[in-house]
Amino acid sequence: MHEELATQGLTVITVALDRAADAERWIAKAEPTHPSLVDEAHLVAERYGMVNVPTVVWIDEEGRIARPNDVAFTTDQGGKFAGVSTAEQMARLRRWVAGEEPAPEEGTAASAADRSPEAQAARAHFGLGWWLHERGSVEAANRQFARAGELAPGDFTIRRGTMRLRDADPFGPDFMEMVAGWLGAGNSYYLPLRD
Amino acid sequence: MVAGVHTLTILDCGRPVEAAYRDDGDALRVPEAAVPKITGWKLEPHGLCRDDLCIPVRDESLATADGVSLAALAAALGRPLAVDRNEAAAYLGAPAAAQPAVVTGAMAPDFSLPDWRGGTGGLAEHRGRKVLLAAWASW
Repeated sequence: MHEELATQGLTVITVALDRAADAERWIAKAEPTHPSLVDEAHLVAERYGMVNVPTVVWIDEEGRIARPNDVAFTTDQGGKFAGVSTAEQMARLRRWVAGEEPAPEEGTAASAADRSPEAQAARAHFGLGWWLHERGSVEAANRQFARAGELAPGDFTIRRGTMRLRDADPFGPDFMEMVAGWLGAGNSYYLPLRD
Repeated sequence: MVAGVHTLTILDCGRPVEAAYRDDGDALRVPEAAVPKITGWKLEPHGLCRDDLCIPVRDESLATADGVSLAALAAALGRPLAVDRNEAAAYLGAPAAAQPAVVTGAMAPDFSLPDWRGGTGGLAEHRGRKVLLAAWASW
């Protein structure tokens, strides 16, 4: 997709909210030609208020947000799970790159962005946890991650994203239990942009 | 923790700053002279000041003879604080009120991160082109 749209003026930048070791296994297989960045400390998640992946943001030639945080999958299966049409999203992106699709109305806000004081406090606990983890203070780190998850129960970059650091399986029973609890309380796991 | 002077690592939005501190069992206190190094703000008689901006400080327990309370300092600046006393580490996050809204028309925040091929990459160098920023993870 990057190669196809690059000639028309689009740059794809991927950011992995992940440990470098975990992300690079996937990146090395894909051998991307676009900038493929690794964000272990979740700086991009904080700056864009991201609470889950995959999340895409359209940014225009002037460096302004054209379309804020949205769920986007590259496979139909993933899209179905999130309640979005992958084909429709791709068509829309192509139209925007070609200048045929207007950006959403000014001020359109992302559903999947958390700017609350609790979210910001959670990110401070995550930041301390990551620093402690890197220094080998695993138990102390896990206490910070747990606190972060309590403060921002809807932030899966924290709750699911720290699972491997806590020796939990992000695709196993711990994750299933987490999602069941979250959905059972009437929440959504993915928050597509409705514009 | 024994009351006395030790070294505390304070992560200012991830940037590590070291400061002497005292843990009186209640508050972690840093020397007043370390406040600008940690926060960019200076404690003046009328409040916390930076350039020609001052925030009045109403919390009288913020500064005592034993130093400046880190928690009170964070609260005065509207910044979240996470502390691990045993590890002598604290993280001072970005203020929630200063976070730009993620909306159409807002400037997209820049960043600089390591690229998997080595080197770094960010957003600013792509000005003039449309960008699809895609966050993903292996989890």
